[in-house]
This record gives sequence, structure tokens and C-alpha cells, in this order.
Amino acid sequence: MIRVSNVSKNFGSFAALTDVSVDLPAGSLTALLGPSGGGKSTLLRIIAGLEEADSGTIEISGTDSTRLSPQRRNVGFVFQHYAAFKHMTVADNVAFGLKIRKRSKADITKRVDELLELVHLEQFAHRYPSQLSGGQRQRMALARALAVEPQVLLLDEPFGALDAQVRKELRAWLRRLHDDVHVTTVFVTHDQEEAMEVADSIVVMADGKVQQVGTPDELYERPASDFVMSFLGPVTRLGGRLVRPHDLELLAQPAEGTVAGTVQRIVRLGFEVRIDVLVGDDPVWAQLTRDSARRLAVRPGDPIYVRAAPETPLLSA
Amino acid sequence: MAKISLRVTALTYLLFLLVLPVGVICWRTFDQGLAAFWQALTSPEALHALQITVVVAVPAVLLNTVFGLGTAILLVRHKFWGKSALNALIDLPLAVSPVVAGLALVLVYGRFTPVGTWFYDHGVQVIYALPGMILATVFVSLPLVVRAVAPVVEEIGIEQEQAAWTLGATSVQTFRRVTIPAIRWALAYGMVLALARSLGEFGSVAVVSGNISGQTQTASLFVQDAFDNYNQQAAYAVAFVLAVMAVTSLLLIQLLRPKESRR
Repeated sequence: MIRVSNVSKNFGSFAALTDVSVDLPAGSLTALLGPSGGGKSTLLRIIAGLEEADSGTIEISGTDSTRLSPQRRNVGFVFQHYAAFKHMTVADNVAFGLKIRKRSKADITKRVDELLELVHLEQFAHRYPSQLSGGQRQRMALARALAVEPQVLLLDEPFGALDAQVRKELRAWLRRLHDDVHVTTVFVTHDQEEAMEVADSIVVMADGKVQQVGTPDELYERPASDFVMSFLGPVTRLGGRLVRPHDLELLAQPAEGTVAGTVQRIVRLGFEVRIDVLVGDDPVWAQLTRDSARRLAVRPGDPIYVRAAPETPLLSA
Repeated sequence: MAKISLRVTALTYLLFLLVLPVGVICWRTFDQGLAAFWQALTSPEALHALQITVVVAVPAVLLNTVFGLGTAILLVRHKFWGKSALNALIDLPLAVSPVVAGLALVLVYGRFTPVGTWFYDHGVQVIYALPGMILATVFVSLPLVVRAVAPVVEEIGIEQEQAAWTLGATSVQTFRRVTIPAIRWALAYGMVLALARSLGEFGSVAVVSGNISGQTQTASLFVQDAFDNYNQQAAYAVAFVLAVMAVTSLLLIQLLRPKESRR
């Protein structure tokens, strides 16, 4: 496992990380999630040894790695823009770490073949990175990182430079890969959907601090703050409190706990229907399924009664 | 119409400044026949001058390659006090007249200066000898490798090197296996430029060498010397060889350049 204890890092007067402590369990797939500038990439680079913490310690599998050079940490690192060795073929890129470790030729060939098969690039072994698509280059970079059997695999916005379709495919593929390989994996993303879809656990970071740690469900159901709640999904405000738009109940008649409002606008987006309501002077929006919107049968200008569904996460503002 | 007159102007300009002089050298070199050319070129003085040119140019290029690589990486990858001053200083040899550069070297390393005396006491004569000539050549061709390499070092970024580190490569392994191959065409380009400049250098070498025939005379010094002494055939022959070397370098540069832009 990776244990980060009291790590701080400043770039000039900018505090990138302030007293960050977090444990990343062995064999897990963890997302560092947060807005850009929140410190997640800096934390990942400090774990890899590519940046040095101003204070605090990093422990990898029980070894204090705080002062170890990146060469000796046995981590695999995957960069957003691939960092492919452009003058080497795909096979040579993957073999790089093994050649540095002076493995025998036969060993290297065997391992490279295995890895290229794992990332589905067997037929591209003798191409150069410039002849590959972005998604293929990133899979090559992953194979290169995995070749040296790292204790920890670190990915810095690995799908950030890819187009939406490829990104979706690679997410699912990374999840399956992790289920096969089981190496402790940490990836940085600013995309909450990506984090929720791929990760076992999510560390939400902002302003150089850890905001909350938990499984995707925990974070979604029990956010620790306004910030986490709004970062992980859509929110709206009812009576001064944050609530998810799909957790709002809209009723034609007043009932217990409802407040009265007026329907402003109804937007149909395929399977979901968005209803904008004015409660007093405050705009609120609710997300309904097509069926429940049809049953409600309201039109703009109609009176409506709104309440939060029972047992929904609410945060006071 | 404007296009045609522009073309005619440019070609006429090139004809009178470049093609005609080089053409005349070729014609004069061979108008007494191949045997005369060969005899002039293989005179002991001419051969020695050509040899000295190579002996001076090769170490100068090697020194500038090492220095140029180091400086380019320093300028691109590191922040330090005085960086912009160093950046400006590197271009100084392009602005300073080579004769002034040679004179400055004489003033520092001359036989009767403190630095020159120290070297002399340790068995090294700098001025009027090969070390001074190499020094002068290094000076005039100093910016060429740095300026060819620095933009490419900037462009490749540091991530490939960081990737190599995380894969276990030491700084030296990373430099040899990742950095150098990534910048090799730019480096070769800078080296050829520096070589071309070094082979043809006249002014600074004229000052520091003392121009002693058969000892410290380079090919370009020989050409002037021979010409002044009405030994035109020898002057033409060596000038022709220098021109061929220059054209070869330029062709090499042309071959190397497109490779760089394709990457």
C-alpha cells in the first residue's frame, strides 16, 4: 500500500499541497479526483519521486520512499501525453525498462510479446509511436510501465488527451486490466464520471487538501461537504440546502414537508425531463423520468409542491 | 510580371555574388590542367595547411559539441541566476569581429601575460601555436551547436526523460538512450554548421597563429599567403578544396534539415 503522511509542497508562494495524509490500500484502484490546480497531479508526482515534498513522508509497501530517487521506487508512471520514446519501435519502448535491468534477450522478447498481447498491440510491435493513434500510444505507455512489474502503477490524467469515444473504451479496458493484473493503481482525473466508473475508491482533492476519501457510492450518498457534493454530480438548492435534482419530489398537491412553487420551464432530454421551478424567488430544478413527468402532467405556469425525497443527502449551505 | 522581375533580380544578385566568383575559382583552378592543379595541391606547404585546418577544426567542433549540448540543456531545463545574461553572451561571437576575438585571446594568453606565462611554465604555448588556434576557432563557432540544439531540447520536453527514470534508467543511461537520440538530427546539424565555420575561419586564427608557413598556417591562411606571393595556382587549388568542403557541408545540412522537420 501507499501511505502519504503530512505531505506539503509549495511552488513559490503557491501551496500545491497542504498537510496531505492518505492511505491507498494494496491492490486497489484509486482515483485522485478534483478540479485542476487542486494538487492531485502534484501528489501523484511526489509518490513517483518526480517532485520532492517540502515536508512529510511517502511510504510504498512498507518502505520509506520519501528520499528515494524515481529509479529506485519501482513505480510505473503513465503520462497524459504518453511520453513515448519516439525514436524507438513499440516493442523497444516496452522493452526499455527490461533492457535497463539487463534481462536476457529471450526473457525480454517473451515478456514484450505478453505485454503487447495484453494491450492488444501485437501487430504494431515494429511500428513507431508516430504511426499509432492516441489510444494506441497510451496503451503502449501502459505496457511499458507494466513491463518492469512495478509495485505501484501511477497514471496522470491518462485519458485526458483522447477523444470522448476512445476515452470511454479505455476506461472500461483499464478497469478490466486492473482486475487481471491487481497492481496497486492510482490515477488522476478531473472527470467525476471517469472516477466513479473506474475506481474502487476516490480521493477528492481541492485547494491542496484531501476533501474526502471513500468508495464512489459513499461519496455520492454521503458527501462530506458542499464541494464534494457539487463536484460529484449535479446539485440544486432548496430552502438553502443542496440536494440532487433527481432526489426532489414534485407533487401536484401540498403534502408533508413540501414548499409551494411555480413551474417555469420543462425540458425533455430523451429519458430524463428537467423541470425548472421557482420557489419564492429561488430557482430550483428537478430531474424526473419521462414516466413520472407524464403522470405529473404539469405545464409552465402551474403551481407545484416540492420536497426532498426521504433519506437523500442534504447539505446545509 | 512582378514575379518574373523579382526572380530575375534575385538570380542576378546570386549570379554576381555567388555563382560567378565560385565559378571563376573552379575555372582558374583547372585552366592549367589537372596535373598543375594536383601539383599545386600536393606541395608540402599546401598539404600541411590542409592538415592543420583539420587538426584545428575537429577538436574545436568536439569541444563546441560538448559545451553546446550542456549549455542548451542548462538554458532550457534549469532556472538560475544570470540565465538571461548567459543566453545573451552566447551570441556574442556572432557579433564580435573575429579579428577582435583573436586579439582578445592574444591579450589574455600571450607569452608575456600572467595566464600565458602560467601555461608556458607548464609546457603549453597557447598563442602562435595549435592550442590558441583551436581556442579561437571554438570562440567563433561557439553559438552554432547551442542554437541548433536548444529549440529541440525545448520541444521534446522532459517527460520522455522522466518516463525513463521511472523505468529505472540512471541519468547517464537516460541521456544516452533517450535524450541524445531525440535530438540527434539537431545535434548533427549544429555540428556540421560548426565544422563548416571552423574550416573556413580566417580572421581570429590569423591573429593568434602568427601564420607561420609549414607550422601554424591553416588552409585559409595559406590561400591568402599564396595569393599575395603570386603563387596563384596554389591559392586556387586550396581555395577550391575549401569551397568543396563548404559545399559538402551545406549539402549535409540540407540533408539533415528536412529529417528534423519531419519528426
